[in-house]
Amino acid sequence: MKRLLTKFTKVGKVSAFGLSISIISISAALSLGISPSASASQFAIVGGKVHTLSAQGTLDEATVLIKDGKVEQIIAGTQSPLGYERIDAAGKVVTPGFIGAYTALGLVEVGFSAGQVDASTTNHPVTTIGAAVDVSYGINADSSLIPITRMEGFTSAVTGIEYSDYLFKGQGAVIQLTDNDPLLKARAFMALSVNNSSASDTGGTRGTLWVALKQALNEAEYAIDADLSPTQPWHGMISRADAKALAHVVQGHKPLLIKADRKADLLHIIALKQTFTNLKIVIISGSDAWRVADELAAAQIPVIVNPEYNLPGAFDTLGATLANAGRLEQAGVKVAIGIETHNIRLATQHAGNAVANGMSYDAALASLTKHVAEIFGMQQQIGSLAPGMRADVVVWSGDPLEVTEAAEHVFIGGEPINMQSRQTLLRDRYLHLKQDKPMVYTRP
Amino acid sequence: MYNKNKSTWMLAAISTAVLSTLTLSACSDNSADAKAKSITTEQVVINSDPFPSTYEPIPAVATLITNATIIDGIGGLDTDSQILLQDGKIIGMGADITLPDDYIEIDGTGKYVTPGIIDTHSHLGVYPSPDTRSHADGNEMTSPVTAQVWAEHSVWPQDPGFQRALAGGVTSLQILPGSANLFGGRSVVLKNLPDRSVQDMKFPDAPYGIKMACGENPKRVYGKKGGPSTRMANVAGYRKAWIGATEYKAKWEQYEADFAAGKDTKAPKRDLNNETLKGVLDGDIIVHMHCYRADEMVVMMDVMQEFDYQIGSFHHAVEGYKIADKLAQNNVCASMWADWWGFKLEAYDGIRENVAMVHQAGACAVVHSDSDIGIQRLNQEAAKAWSDGRRAGIDISKADAWQWLTANAAKSLGIFDQTGSLEVGKNADVVLWSTDPFSTYAQAEKVFIDGGLAFDRSQPDTWPVSDFELGQIGEGDHK
Repeated sequence: MKRLLTKFTKVGKVSAFGLSISIISISAALSLGISPSASASQFAIVGGKVHTLSAQGTLDEATVLIKDGKVEQIIAGTQSPLGYERIDAAGKVVTPGFIGAYTALGLVEVGFSAGQVDASTTNHPVTTIGAAVDVSYGINADSSLIPITRMEGFTSAVTGIEYSDYLFKGQGAVIQLTDNDPLLKARAFMALSVNNSSASDTGGTRGTLWVALKQALNEAEYAIDADLSPTQPWHGMISRADAKALAHVVQGHKPLLIKADRKADLLHIIALKQTFTNLKIVIISGSDAWRVADELAAAQIPVIVNPEYNLPGAFDTLGATLANAGRLEQAGVKVAIGIETHNIRLATQHAGNAVANGMSYDAALASLTKHVAEIFGMQQQIGSLAPGMRADVVVWSGDPLEVTEAAEHVFIGGEPINMQSRQTLLRDRYLHLKQDKPMVYTRP
Repeated sequence: MYNKNKSTWMLAAISTAVLSTLTLSACSDNSADAKAKSITTEQVVINSDPFPSTYEPIPAVATLITNATIIDGIGGLDTDSQILLQDGKIIGMGADITLPDDYIEIDGTGKYVTPGIIDTHSHLGVYPSPDTRSHADGNEMTSPVTAQVWAEHSVWPQDPGFQRALAGGVTSLQILPGSANLFGGRSVVLKNLPDRSVQDMKFPDAPYGIKMACGENPKRVYGKKGGPSTRMANVAGYRKAWIGATEYKAKWEQYEADFAAGKDTKAPKRDLNNETLKGVLDGDIIVHMHCYRADEMVVMMDVMQEFDYQIGSFHHAVEGYKIADKLAQNNVCASMWADWWGFKLEAYDGIRENVAMVHQAGACAVVHSDSDIGIQRLNQEAAKAWSDGRRAGIDISKADAWQWLTANAAKSLGIFDQTGSLEVGKNADVVLWSTDPFSTYAQAEKVFIDGGLAFDRSQPDTWPVSDFELGQIGEGDHK
């Protein structure tokens, strides 16, 4: 609260330079007596078009009530009960906070030639296949990417290893995009890749990669009941730490994300689920997924797509098409959208382009919210608006999938976030280049 | 924007073979010592166009688009208007149209018409799909100064990326070498109509460009290969090369003067690297400089003054907004992304309002792709930059913002006399959009290049398919 008020005072001084939305929203909030950090805050978001992504569907004019960090209820109409701070959303669109479906948020500041990156892993004896790696220790809530991303309507994200020297990319997490306590779920999933580049790095052929993968899963099944303490012998290919991590995966306690593109790989993955029946498999990328859409639907395997990727970048992506998301939806496959990190905020644009190429609007919204939550077993907390859900709520200037619209108010866990980032500060510093003193003295 | 005398370029372009026999007979006959000169009547003249364009427009029929909203690319927007494309040119617009006997009429109700998009920064063909070592020919990373290489000699016309870009409304594009080198080599401007050779795509009479690069790429690539390993060595490298080019230029000018004066003189030895750099100093070749940081761009504008050349455009210019006034003062365009940032440290200060802030300062702002994916949706990139600017209080009309994709791009490539706007007499490079192209949901329905219908979304059987995709999975699919 104190920090926010300080910021507000400073912002007020430079308001003549052109009010940004963030300034307006903060000043409006404060003038109404909203206390951004008070945990018992109650808010009424009044009169917007509300996409609940829950049983209530889409309401053309409704009020979302937030209390104690949760969605209290969603009421049709524009009534605002007493005791709630009112946020006027007339003419606006209200959605659940969007969820970055597959990112490395919190693990990387600058990825290239700029120091430590916790989204890549190299060799260490604790693991022989990479499964044991746990990114929850690498998450940095002070990363500049967090405010930059959340002020654009993304309130949480799935985060994991991007580059691995191993077959597996380890265990990723689900985080909320807050300044403190980012972890919503540690060790939320296991990831690996079986596409061309991974085969090249894993024994040079899929003939090795797949045998290694099956061996690892077999050992993990064996390890469920094994004593993995140091005093007991363990002669597996995978390390003890790997075995502990993978045991949860083969039991279906957490999803196994498999990056794959070509049809042949996708069919092997579907077959893998017939061997290891408890696996909860999720396809990442899936350029050819539309070609096996019915099989994926039957096997209940969701796909996190990159809906803008439509080039034959390698011989395993020859079938890539913008129509992928829409075709999968038509076949009944659960689709999520959002593979990026610094610009995961552009997943709204990606989803909009999926709509332009055949996906339904409702499925596109779900691909950024409900479907992501369901894939990662978080649907009781995030991804839709219903009584008792976390109050991750966004008020948009209009259709969030339109590139010209933007988030205007963002609530995470019932708290309005400060709509400010390093980028907005840089913008406000340089909006007017004629200053008496060097720019370093301009602190917006 | 780029201060180049077109006729000078043309003159250079038509001068022929290396040892062309430009006899200069008229001068010689009037000269006092014509006899002495007769032993050296052949002046060595460098052919500046040894790989001439063989581009031919596709067949076209006169086409009238009616009832559409027309964004002309130079700041105008007309609702419920019409445009006539005939003989490869824009023949008429608005009420002032004389219809030919035969023409096709397209009802543009609810639709938008714009100039074809021009991407100033593409690596299609030189870094094609599929992305393999065998076809990755975009960067001669063997020496920091390779002005002698020409991107057109690496362009693979079968890159399927050209067809994808066409479906996004891209009618012309500049193919650049990569950014590892201080001087990466010559660029080439192409019509987005791939055929059997790169010459078939070359934009007729477009000037050449040269790729230069600031910052961390050259120092990273050459830091352990003899340098540069620092930004200060980058700058020393540019200056050293310009000193060499200045000397080279002086030698040739001395030769030409001596020859004209009838002296017995010998042409300097050709040097392909310096030939390109001399082209810049002569004002014939446009500099396209990869540069992210504001401070580096300011240094480069001083280098530009020191050696008396013009930078046509900074590319990426992620910090352009910090020095937008200086870009305007120096008449340098900036080709930018809407919102890329943070993938490396020199891109860490990227902001969404960059394009709008550069525009607001009176500089020439261009939205570029540098991406085989982004090039397919440059209209959305401009839309984002436009709306982000408006939210920051920078009031730019959509009609003005469209300049970022066409007019300013064409100016920065030196082809604005031919394309980049909807004006009578210009090439009929035109896109018909399904709806407002500032919408995510807008799609290019019809794309005309020189009046020929190069892409028709409603007719999948007519879509172009590269050799590479023929007979492969997804051939001719909705891409």
